[in-house]
Amino acid sequence: MSLLTAQNVYAGYGEADILQGINLQVGGDEIVVIVGPNGAGKSTAMKAIFGLVPIRQGHIEYVGEDITNQPPERMVARGIAYVPQEANVFPSLSVLENLELGAYSISGDITPRLEKVYEIFPRLRERRQQQAGVMSGGERQMVAMGRALMIEPRLLMLDEPTAGLSPRLIDETFERIREINALGIGVLMVEQNARQALGIANRGYVLAGGANRHEDTGPALLADPDVATMFLGG
Amino acid sequence: MWIEVTQLFLNGLLLGSILALGAVGATMIFGVLRFAHFAHGDLMTMGAYFALLVVVGLNLPVMVALPIAMLMTAALAVGIDQVVYRRIRRVQPVILLISSFATALILRAVVQMIWGSSNQVYATGIQLPWRLGPLTIKPDHVLIFCTATLLVIAVHLFLSRTRMGKAMRAMSDNMNLALITGIPADRVIMWTWAIGGALAAAAGVFLGMDTRLHPVMGWTLLLPVFAATIVGGIGRPYGAIFGGLLIGCAMELSTLIIPGAYKPAVAFAIMILTLIFRPQGIIKGAL
Repeated sequence: MSLLTAQNVYAGYGEADILQGINLQVGGDEIVVIVGPNGAGKSTAMKAIFGLVPIRQGHIEYVGEDITNQPPERMVARGIAYVPQEANVFPSLSVLENLELGAYSISGDITPRLEKVYEIFPRLRERRQQQAGVMSGGERQMVAMGRALMIEPRLLMLDEPTAGLSPRLIDETFERIREINALGIGVLMVEQNARQALGIANRGYVLAGGANRHEDTGPALLADPDVATMFLGG
Repeated sequence: MWIEVTQLFLNGLLLGSILALGAVGATMIFGVLRFAHFAHGDLMTMGAYFALLVVVGLNLPVMVALPIAMLMTAALAVGIDQVVYRRIRRVQPVILLISSFATALILRAVVQMIWGSSNQVYATGIQLPWRLGPLTIKPDHVLIFCTATLLVIAVHLFLSRTRMGKAMRAMSDNMNLALITGIPADRVIMWTWAIGGALAAAAGVFLGMDTRLHPVMGWTLLLPVFAATIVGGIGRPYGAIFGGLLIGCAMELSTLIIPGAYKPAVAFAIMILTLIFRPQGIIKGAL
């Protein structure tokens, strides 16, 4: 059964809908990537799924239950974690505090969860007393993903996790995403580094103008000449 | 000369600790709710009069009345939020600000209706000051300063050790991310009002112990309290403590060179200088 299904979703902030009927599916053990040109509605799609942008038509299903337009609090309770592209850490709080707040909704001992996050991101253990706001972009991204992993999600949603990172850090980030996925966590991510992202993805969606343009397996999209000329820089 | 300076500095610490208690609450409310709470001074007044109620009604000493007044004011602040501010939270901040101004006037009118508009005191009689060489210190002042310090430490422990305290700092840091993380905003807001109200009450009671009770006692302190939050960096509780002490000392020490009636102007001047030269505050603020 699929973990997440978005069916014919229309959503937007004001008068006009940014999303004009998108369809997405994420399986429980998949990495699914959304690519597309600027203004295609990639980030809006993520926000709409997570209940941050009102959906006017269509619906979102998560493990068979309708979760359309539910508040983020309920999404977190169901095991969906979302990492926005910008401002994704609490800057004046320490790394440890950022992670602790990730598990705010969890009652009981959170040490095992912390240990798991430290295993994936050993750097965070070293720097746990550091203020998140003064860390480098790559480290902040680790904090943001670590924060999201604290609820032990079944679905992790990442909005451009490699934006602004150096090539070496981009490789490392994709490697971490693969490790996270290997733990049995479904990953849905929006990426600008389309070529690399599709390289690790099971499936990919190309969005344009708020609607689906192409969908296929990662390798097939990479090989598609139309996709290549439009979105992958030739 | 140095005796006078030291004496004024001690007075400044006293005033500063009272300002700090008000400023910590005001800055936390700003951090979480993004508006300057103009009724904060009148919450102090309410706190002071709640304590008077207990002191006169139950014939208890003022330090016993203090925690009761703090609880009552915390409840009042949460109640005001539920009745007034919660409904208009989603509109422009300026509307919240104006509403808080109206709330301030209502609170003051309530105090005048119930307790009248003349000066009142917790205890009559003269307290003999302690003499430390050439300096004089009132026992009450020591009591106020120590209790204020304990309260500030309690706030620090709350903010740094408890889940709710961390959630409060997180909301003040990044409201949107707090929402995404699943932090229950409504509960955090309630706690913010409760703590802000309790601290305001303590400030009011201390002010009443130091001088007298009067329906505008808190209102007149609002300006220095806001100055303290701005100097300390808006939304930063630790900055507000520092800002309060700085403004308090500056106000007292200014009487060396200018008439005492201009003390509030000193707070205002420091606030303006801060806004011109370091608008983010000494500790970088949320704005």
